[in-house]
Amino acid sequence: MIIDINFIGLIIASIMASAVPLILASCGELITERSGVLNLGVEGMMIIGAISGFALMTVTGSLIIAVFGAMLAGVLISTIFAFLTQTLITNHVATGLALTIFGIGISAMIGKNFVGIPGKEFPVLFEGLKDTIPLFGPILFGHSIVFYFAFALPFITSYFLKKTKIGLIVRAVGDSPESASNQGINVRLVRYACILYGGAMSGLAGAYLSMIYTPQWIENMTGGRGWIALALVVFSTWNPIKILIGAMIFGGLTIIQFHMQAIGVRIPVQFLTALPYIVTIIVLVVISRDSRKIRLSTPSSLGKSFHKDN
Amino acid sequence: MIKIVKRDQPSRAIFFFTPVLAIFLTLVAGGLIFFILGFKPFEALKFFFIVPIADKYGFSELLLKATPLCLIAIGLSFCFKSNNWNIGAEGQLTFGAIVSGGVALLFYEQEGFYILPIVILAGAIGGMLYASIPAILKTYFNTNEILVSLMLVYVSKLILDYLVVGPWSNPEGFNFPETRQFSDSAKLPLLFEGLRIHAGIFLALAAVVISWFVFYKTYLGFQMKVSGFSLKTAKYAGYKGKKMIILVFLISGACAGLAGVGEITGPIGQLHREISPDYGFTAIIVAFLGRLHPVGIIFASLVVAITYLGAETAQIFMQIPKYTGQVFQGMILFFLLASDYLLFFKIKFIGSKK
Repeated sequence: MIIDINFIGLIIASIMASAVPLILASCGELITERSGVLNLGVEGMMIIGAISGFALMTVTGSLIIAVFGAMLAGVLISTIFAFLTQTLITNHVATGLALTIFGIGISAMIGKNFVGIPGKEFPVLFEGLKDTIPLFGPILFGHSIVFYFAFALPFITSYFLKKTKIGLIVRAVGDSPESASNQGINVRLVRYACILYGGAMSGLAGAYLSMIYTPQWIENMTGGRGWIALALVVFSTWNPIKILIGAMIFGGLTIIQFHMQAIGVRIPVQFLTALPYIVTIIVLVVISRDSRKIRLSTPSSLGKSFHKDN
Repeated sequence: MIKIVKRDQPSRAIFFFTPVLAIFLTLVAGGLIFFILGFKPFEALKFFFIVPIADKYGFSELLLKATPLCLIAIGLSFCFKSNNWNIGAEGQLTFGAIVSGGVALLFYEQEGFYILPIVILAGAIGGMLYASIPAILKTYFNTNEILVSLMLVYVSKLILDYLVVGPWSNPEGFNFPETRQFSDSAKLPLLFEGLRIHAGIFLALAAVVISWFVFYKTYLGFQMKVSGFSLKTAKYAGYKGKKMIILVFLISGACAGLAGVGEITGPIGQLHREISPDYGFTAIIVAFLGRLHPVGIIFASLVVAITYLGAETAQIFMQIPKYTGQVFQGMILFFLLASDYLLFFKIKFIGSKK
């Protein structure tokens, strides 16, 4: 049997494509969590991004407006979360859950008129170079701009956190809000910014799903990806580069599922669909077992409210 | 001028007033959303909250929906009171339904007074088994219970899907994704002729009474409260933290499992794909809205159950998608959390005197 080397390239490329929304949402949430805020509303922000992007694309016809509109929608919905947790000092877990429930509901409400409408073709870059290099051609070329951005994002995020002053401030706020505040840093402002940034990235992740990955609107189309993105942040032990690895593993599980069905492997389809969730649990167990290591890498104030008396 | 002052002590009166305030604000915001969507706000709210429960049948449906919500929320209040974030009740409900459904199918076409108790017990055990996974992983492997319990929801729904499509599907069922009908002895009796409300409501009421007793009359209830308040204090007092985590998860799993039993052995009488319209998630809101208090949870489950019925009515009469119910549920929780601010802070209006 001859295996076409370009076919392998295509499979790897499809794994990468399914990893894109996970990378975007996880990198956003990572910044939010690094500032000490646990936002469980990723799934809700993502689905809002998905419907906003698709609706704006259909109504305005402009892809640029749609992509940035979806990010803005993510920002707007995360503002609710930011206002509640930072200004009104509510519990992060409960507020995040409310955000997810609310987001799924409101997206279906808006999306009612967009069900069944075909999407638009999203332009891809370097299409012509696809056949120039065997194996690597399909991997490197012929993808959307969002795809390239997603794979650059972990490195940008890592650089931002380690090498820039603002990154240092974010980490300081997450690790010790009291001392950051004593240094004259406005903890609340930093956390607001990090939450809104997380919202923008989740919004973009959603837009990628509804505009590029499967260009159409389906109710509840994020299908738990927001929760897997949250798990990936723990998986990465808050290190952006490891998000890349985790997202590829999960993307791989999703794609392998399709191919195994195509080859006719006799495993119930439900088992394959459940695989990413089961693997997530196993991975969480493996990395959390060492409580000392987890404690060292977790932002110390994660999920705790900070209120400065004045 | 407005000035915000911190209260010396959280206000007890406001503690029970804010849920009412939250419901009121949700109605206002809901009316606003309907207005934006181009409906007459008052008419829409009437269709949503009054029309569905205006007759005997509607009231029975209300109790039918409130029963699982109340039952699950009671279980969750054990977890939440002691600071354990079990958000996978939906999975525990599903797994409880699978186990009890499986047992009920074993008694296919058999009758006997002993069948129903066995089926109910099987559901509770199923829910407990499923809840024990996040509990054990949390206590012995330090794994985040939020993510584990949530991931297991997806897994349980896929197991159910596999069973009703595959090995358990009705052989005479023309490949519909459902099992055979349970025998009458495996079904919870209906309470009134022509209405769907069934004996499952007594399970919920029993849970309310038992939980009230445990919370306020036992040492265990006291321990839970202390651990929820401060884990350090609990440790200092020598409470067995691990045992308690597992116990509260088991209780809440059992309640969710029983809710699952009620869903399949009630009016439906078989296993099929969609046994629960996310009762397990909505019950989280019910638990908070009821202030984790057994009596509060009864009221909260009735209020939140209306959002289910209202969404159905609004879908039929106004072509509003049924997901509107979730919008209302999300808003209730938002406003409830927001109004908790008043517990800890006073807003003072200072006159502009010179």
